Amino acid sequence: MKLMRSKKILAAAAIMMLAFSAPVAGMAADTIKFGVAGAHSGDLASYGLPTVNAAKLVIDQVNAKGGINGKKIELLIEDDVCKPEVATNTATKLVSQGAEVVLGHICSGATKSALPIYTNANILVMSPSATNPDLTYSGEYPNFFRTIAPDDMQAKVDVDYALDKLGHTKIAVIHDKGDYGKGFAEFAKSFVEKSGKAEVVLFEGVTPGAVDYSAIVQKIKKSGAQAVIFGGYHPEAAKIVGMIKKKRLKVDFLSDDGVKDDTFIKVAGADAEGVYASGPKDTTGNPLSKAAFAEHKKVFNADAGAFFENAYTATLAMVNAIEKAGSTDLAALKKALQTEKVDTPLGNIYFDDKGDAVGIGFSVYQVQNGAFVEMK
Amino acid sequence: MAACFRFFFRDPGMDYFIELFCSGLTRGAIYALIALGYTMVYGIIGLINFAHGEIYMIGAFTAFIVATVLSIYGFPLLAIVILAGFAAVIWSSAYGYTVEKIAYRPLRHAPRLSPLISAIGMSIFLQNYVLLAQTSNFLPFPELIPEFAFMEPIAHIVGSTDIVILITTAVIMLILTIVIKGTKVGKAMRATSQDRTMAMLVGINVNRIISATFIIGSALAAVGGLLIASHIGQINFYIGFLAGIKAFTAAVLGGIGSIPGAVLGGLVLGLTESFATGYVSSDYEDVFAFSLLVLILIFKPSGLLGKAETKKV
Repeated sequence: MKLMRSKKILAAAAIMMLAFSAPVAGMAADTIKFGVAGAHSGDLASYGLPTVNAAKLVIDQVNAKGGINGKKIELLIEDDVCKPEVATNTATKLVSQGAEVVLGHICSGATKSALPIYTNANILVMSPSATNPDLTYSGEYPNFFRTIAPDDMQAKVDVDYALDKLGHTKIAVIHDKGDYGKGFAEFAKSFVEKSGKAEVVLFEGVTPGAVDYSAIVQKIKKSGAQAVIFGGYHPEAAKIVGMIKKKRLKVDFLSDDGVKDDTFIKVAGADAEGVYASGPKDTTGNPLSKAAFAEHKKVFNADAGAFFENAYTATLAMVNAIEKAGSTDLAALKKALQTEKVDTPLGNIYFDDKGDAVGIGFSVYQVQNGAFVEMK
Repeated sequence: MAACFRFFFRDPGMDYFIELFCSGLTRGAIYALIALGYTMVYGIIGLINFAHGEIYMIGAFTAFIVATVLSIYGFPLLAIVILAGFAAVIWSSAYGYTVEKIAYRPLRHAPRLSPLISAIGMSIFLQNYVLLAQTSNFLPFPELIPEFAFMEPIAHIVGSTDIVILITTAVIMLILTIVIKGTKVGKAMRATSQDRTMAMLVGINVNRIISATFIIGSALAAVGGLLIASHIGQINFYIGFLAGIKAFTAAVLGGIGSIPGAVLGGLVLGLTESFATGYVSSDYEDVFAFSLLVLILIFKPSGLLGKAETKKV
């Protein structure tokens, strides 16, 4: 009896939901629903909120000009607190509210858990900040794009520079045993091995905070390496670079974003000269970037924060794709993203068939006269 | 040291061995320099002074500040080294003396665990004090020991700083041994270490002797701070903790309480790490160092040169 009743209630609820969802579907014809998902509260909120601001700025501009193809854009903003278990709910909610494209999510873990829901619903997702390589490389999520370079991109840039520009054939890869440094070093190692042009003669982790690195430097010397690729942060890099100089070893030193920091130059002093480090491409000269930051300052009266440019770029790219495709159909959007170049704060970009942005990424910088100089 | 000159050897395998040996010596001398302070304090009052690493760090900071100021005024390098070293020694000694007076002396008769916990607290306090009073950033430490021209032919094996550290450690060990074996203060120290009550009864001012031990230990830490910071070229508030742990290991390895033991322990630890890095992998450098410690403690529980403790029943 009880069971029967609950079934009836369920059925009634289902009918009610259908009834309520009908008007939503009707409204979809008037506006384009643009989902924004990410961490908007909690300890990682500072990574997600700049994306909301970026989306608001771009969408307000588009709406002020009359929208896309006569339709205004409506923002649906949902919080996932950067937690994978919350992100599935966030995604389900956005899909049920009728979001046609989604900007997000922010964290790689949350993005990964939310993606299958969007994939099943054939909704385009573009993240400004999820850097996990698998998100695009695995090919599981044909609806996923991003406007940030994947984690292994830095390693690729460094390895290409060492092999092609500097012409080295023997590489020593050293890391600090940490998640960031070791991850970078492992990518670097696999790129060197895959290239077929050079070999990894040494792959080792050092203990951060050690009082002396001469043993590992002697080992680098014995290995015959022409270049050292180091994954880690600037304090250890400064010590190793200093020790290399002290042991009169002539090798090129290439490292990552963790070393491309002015503190490195300050601490390593003269030893820093000639060191290479990869970092995000310099966009300070881009007028669109300047305009985006100025607008943020004007509207919100605050500095923009993390991934703001990436989110601004993603929103522009999605709006452009919807306009060129004439609909929010996934296949049409994908085609537009992959073929139509768009001007953004991060440069003139389009997307490859995996979903990564072509034109966004890392450059190699070299310390010259006490400053990092971008190498062309 | 003679082994460090490669002229006697032509075999590349042998060259590599000597390079690693010299790296190990430098590293070991660094550990020994800090371990001496641990072992002195332990020898006198049986306390593991965990704040010792922080005293070393404070010594490095003092030397950094003084050296930076003096170099702005254009002092010659030798004057900078001497003045910075002097300031660091005095400042660190003051800290060591105060720490003992505030954190350990009131607990002199408490169970052994209490001063140990007090020492850990002092270590955390001093770290955070420097963090707040100075900075959390890494600071570039000036190169106080120049590259000697006569060292150039073998600079790729042993650097000038390495030599200075090795010699300093050896000299300090010698002086300490002479002080403890041959002077009145040393005699009083040994007496205090053997039996505090009895020492008091024969008219030794035990409190003053313990203070003197802390002052000497802290002065050594300050010298270590200056030399080591100059060797690695950077400092921050956390360097004392990491160096302290390794130095403490060295002191235990050599037999805590024994002065030559601290130096031997430091050298054994440094050489083990260096050879582990060179012939196996630096990923396992700590594994080898601590496996060695466990092995030695299994067969010689009081360390390489430690005296077996006989407990009266």
